Amino acid sequence: MSASIALIPGNRQAYEAPSTREPIWVKGGLIAIALTFFAIFLLLPLATVFSEALRKGWGAYAAALIEDDAWSAIRLTVLAAAVAVPLNLVFGVAASWAIAKFEFAGKRVLITLIDLPFSVSPVISGLIYVLMFGAQGWFGPWLHAHDIKIVFALPGIVLATVFVTFPFVARELIPLMEAQGSEEEEAAVVLGASAWQMFRYTTLPSIKWGLLYGVILCNARAMGEFGAVSVVSGHIRGQTNTMPLHVEILYNEYNYAAAFAVASLLALLAIVTLGLKTLVERQTRRQTHEKSTLTGE
Amino acid sequence: MSIAIRNISKQFGAFKALDDVSIDIPSGELVALLGPSGCGKTTLLRIVAGLEYADRGQILLAGDDASDRHARDRQVGFVFQHYALFRHMSVFDNVAFGLRVKPRRHRPAESEIQRRVKHLLELVQLDWLANRYPTQLSGGQRQRIALARALAVEPKVLLLDEPFGALDAKVRKELRRWLRRLHDEIHVTSVFVTHDQEEALEVCDRVVLINKGKIEQIGTPESVYDHPATPFVANFLGSVNLFHGRVEEGQLHLGDHALALDKTAADADGKAVAFVRPHEFDLLPGAQAGGLPAKIVRIVAVGASARIELSEIDRSDGEVIEVTVARDLFRLLALAAGDVVSLRPRQIRVFQTPALAA
Repeated sequence: MSASIALIPGNRQAYEAPSTREPIWVKGGLIAIALTFFAIFLLLPLATVFSEALRKGWGAYAAALIEDDAWSAIRLTVLAAAVAVPLNLVFGVAASWAIAKFEFAGKRVLITLIDLPFSVSPVISGLIYVLMFGAQGWFGPWLHAHDIKIVFALPGIVLATVFVTFPFVARELIPLMEAQGSEEEEAAVVLGASAWQMFRYTTLPSIKWGLLYGVILCNARAMGEFGAVSVVSGHIRGQTNTMPLHVEILYNEYNYAAAFAVASLLALLAIVTLGLKTLVERQTRRQTHEKSTLTGE
Repeated sequence: MSIAIRNISKQFGAFKALDDVSIDIPSGELVALLGPSGCGKTTLLRIVAGLEYADRGQILLAGDDASDRHARDRQVGFVFQHYALFRHMSVFDNVAFGLRVKPRRHRPAESEIQRRVKHLLELVQLDWLANRYPTQLSGGQRQRIALARALAVEPKVLLLDEPFGALDAKVRKELRRWLRRLHDEIHVTSVFVTHDQEEALEVCDRVVLINKGKIEQIGTPESVYDHPATPFVANFLGSVNLFHGRVEEGQLHLGDHALALDKTAADADGKAVAFVRPHEFDLLPGAQAGGLPAKIVRIVAVGASARIELSEIDRSDGEVIEVTVARDLFRLLALAAGDVVSLRPRQIRVFQTPALAA
């Protein structure tokens, strides 16, 4: 079980053996380099986003956010995430269940395919949907004949978002479920539990923190996705613009204050995500630790 | 409820886990499935529970074919080697689980559940731990809770998969006796998987010896120990000395030495393997006819009996013969390392070596 603990960094205070202890200037130097990079590449841009957003005061900031196009972009982003995240939640649990608890032909292929969205450029994945559902695409004429719009409309944006956020939940759960095995589930079944009761009372409680962690990351990516969505959206203001796309448009129009105002929302989302992620990580670690004391005789 | 295992076979890829296994277990009996690890005993237990399905054969519970019945409908209690307690539930909730997941019309009232769980926790003598979580218990306590949980649904059959395998020797011995007493009290048909022969012989009414997916012998602990049916059983149950030789005219020939055999020990002449348990030797001073001359290599005189390691004088392959004698007798014999003695077995079990294997 120690292996599953080691997966989570920072679980134990690093033990400094005298033989590996470095001189003070090495230690200090490394810390200085790390902090400098952190300040230049992460902290400074973040601060810039907020200071630029508020350059013209709170009034202009609020106005930029409640302006019609911005508001519609926010709504669209939330809507796309609200559809994509539950879909990938269901898929992620189903896929990791299948992979962790059963042996079947094609299992390795499935694992590889789940990772596909990580390895393909988001722009390409957006393009795939245009090639399939666009006016010149495979299903284009049929869709047109039946008056169904996918590309340059909400369905396309949702499809692209689902594709890019596909691996987050499954990737989080597979190692967790594999480490936990299925003895508790078997115990539940022998005691007469139905499939749902088994899942509800044994599987879900043991994966809940990992699941939440996956959902948080999935959501952050769904709201922040630019490349794939950009290809399928068509950039129709007030209709198919998500927040990241809206930021780009405002910026290209030299409307810096508004661009940064919307960007600050995304930055805020990132900060909230990080906060939640830290909380959940702490819970997961506690649970993994309990698990390890349970079986580690 | 009786269990009948009929011609069960199970294959994992190219590996034959079980090969045409049949066992009849009458109601109320406590039976051990004993064998080395990987012999298929756990697979057999899981097939009885419905956690695994056989490729061929039938499982009859109380005479009814249960082969296709789902695990949740078989009314078996299963105790896992690593307890498999629900770690996010308290001890009380663990034991109550089987009652609470029952369909509404069969589910007892909450007050009845409380009463039954309390009774079960008293039965396993752990009622004071009801509000603890599994992580806060010792291994032995966890396994007793697991047992209480399995008993909560009043199973017709109790299946135990190496239940004491993960515990230390002292706790294991304690729980073994306790399990036997419990079984005498509640009399539920039980199947107990173990690789520990001492455990099987001590706890169970009957022992089923399994090797490489096949049954070697079924019998009471006394009968399988005293009358092993196959070389595997003779070898597996307790420590034993093994000799290769020939049977001729009612005698076992080992090199130049002949040992007398019972009339019933061997029915045909030819190559044979012979087994003699360490406590079944008489030690005679010096080299004597009718005995096997051997030299004492080492003596360990600790506990109730003295263990003497000897090497056969006419063999130089370093094969050690182990002999145990009672401490009192050992003192009378006044033996020391380096002495030469003659070993005369009081009992020899002989198995003909098939011509092909020889």
